Amino acid sequence: MAEQLNVFVDNRPGRLNAVTGVLRDHRIDIRAMTIADHGAYGVAKLLVSDPRLAHRALVDQGFAAALKPVLAIAMEDRPGGLHELLEVLAERSINVLDAYGFVVAPGRRAVWCMEVDALDEAARLLAARGLEVLADHVLYRLEAE
Amino acid sequence: MSVPVWNPAVEFMERETLERLQFINLRQTVAWALKTPFYQRRLAEIGLTHPEDLGSLRDLRKLPYTTKDDLREAFPDGLLAVEREEAVRLHTSSGTTGMPTVIYHTRRDIDHWTELVARCIVAAGATAHDVFQNMTNYGMFTGGLGLHYGAERVGMLVIPASSGNTSRQIHLMRNFQTTVVHATPSYLLHLHSALAGEGVTVDQLRLRKAFIGAEPHSEETRRKIEILFGIQAYNSYGLSEMNGPGVAFECVYQTGLHLWEDAYILEIVDPETLQPLPEGRTGEIVMTTLQRQATPLLRYRTRDLSHLVGGNCPCGRTHRRLARLNGRGDDMLIVNGVNVFPSQIEDALMKMPEVGTNYLIQLEKRGSLDRLVVKTEIDPKPFTGDPRDLDDLRERIGEALRSAILVKPVVELHEPGSLPVSEGKAKRVVDLRPAF
Ligand SMILES: [Zn+2]
Repeated sequence: MAEQLNVFVDNRPGRLNAVTGVLRDHRIDIRAMTIADHGAYGVAKLLVSDPRLAHRALVDQGFAAALKPVLAIAMEDRPGGLHELLEVLAERSINVLDAYGFVVAPGRRAVWCMEVDALDEAARLLAARGLEVLADHVLYRLEAE
Repeated sequence: MSVPVWNPAVEFMERETLERLQFINLRQTVAWALKTPFYQRRLAEIGLTHPEDLGSLRDLRKLPYTTKDDLREAFPDGLLAVEREEAVRLHTSSGTTGMPTVIYHTRRDIDHWTELVARCIVAAGATAHDVFQNMTNYGMFTGGLGLHYGAERVGMLVIPASSGNTSRQIHLMRNFQTTVVHATPSYLLHLHSALAGEGVTVDQLRLRKAFIGAEPHSEETRRKIEILFGIQAYNSYGLSEMNGPGVAFECVYQTGLHLWEDAYILEIVDPETLQPLPEGRTGEIVMTTLQRQATPLLRYRTRDLSHLVGGNCPCGRTHRRLARLNGRGDDMLIVNGVNVFPSQIEDALMKMPEVGTNYLIQLEKRGSLDRLVVKTEIDPKPFTGDPRDLDDLRERIGEALRSAILVKPVVELHEPGSLPVSEGKAKRVVDLRPAF
């Protein structure tokens, strides 16, 4: 399973920079980032090249950060791809809590990341449908082949 | 113009006579104080074991100061100078924080207090013909019962409305043709803005005077209240350690607050050096009770700041006047008329493991209402990364604070280490309300 790094950030200028600055200092690459905005604060969700190292570096700098397992699904970058995936989860009433995607190779390959409420079951279902659930060592080394 | 007065013999007493009276009562107070474990020890330290050791009023300066911390330390009975059976009432500060204070009163003490409040009410021009609606909290808060007793003694028709419930206040005012009210200035502004919603106009009211106190306010606010309601508003000063209301009050000339010097010895001192300050210089108000047997207090540091007004008041009273209070060093906050102690907020926050050590209390004004914002840092260790847990935490903090302080605050969560670190409690409070 892939791990996503969740970081608490004050919703004011410069705070997100502080997070990315720590990652840069540790030569950590950011694959994708999304922010759950809750008004005065937000939770930045990051997919990075080395989540464990990134977590330790941020905690050392006093940040509130946590690692969360997420489903990372490799998909073809084509219309309808995401819909099929969500259908599988909907059939089993698996709730998607948060989701975001990024394209690895335009027109060919995309990755869809999801926080779901029954992670292992969802992973099993999707794998059974032939979808590729990425382990993090794979996810973080994806290249635009 | 004849000046309304309740007790002319005392209120117009020659200064020389007044000071002789103070000295006699100071010796009596020291005699009472020597019955308490707290003052036995404290006065023994300066070699004072008999009231006769005081040779003159000037010897007051030899007495030690008493602080709020002393009151906390002496809680509950270290400052009680009578048998419990002789006390008829106590007022204690909010005990939820674990650091309460208490003032006991004998029947005679209540009687003296009531007399002082009656003087205030009459000095401000109210009479037995007035209908008096007391809009301050009854119960432990001394503003309710203090004014109530004084108003009854004057012979006013008293409506013990207590605080809050603005709609009911307005209807009481209209139905009973209230002529005098007692409230905080901000509450009166709020009440005025609520009149239209109740379909009531100022003209339908018979209001003619308001007694305002319990929160610092500017001359502009007083004038605003006077213009909005077409009334006179008089400043009141009191604190529970000195009974409550009735310590100092404005007369009809509104030139400062006469402090009843037969009941209290007033000193204004530099809060840093504790040296007495000359007339006109602002410093900390220090008071010694002269008429309270159950809980005598010597040179009590009020943490309130003010200065003495020079010259004589046109009313002819010889009791000196305090200027409008320049601020409250006290840590109590008043939020929409409710007393809130930062320590209560701190206690509630520190019980929650997800909350970090730093916090900030911010007071803002939204329209005529106060808004209490509590900013806390989250503790990085229990952080789950789930935003829903944070929303839940905010909700739980809000609920814990509401049940601790009876005010629902706006809770803000912040990054660890992002709020200013401070040692003193006072620095954790930012009051952005305009000093109206
Ligand atoms: Zn006067």
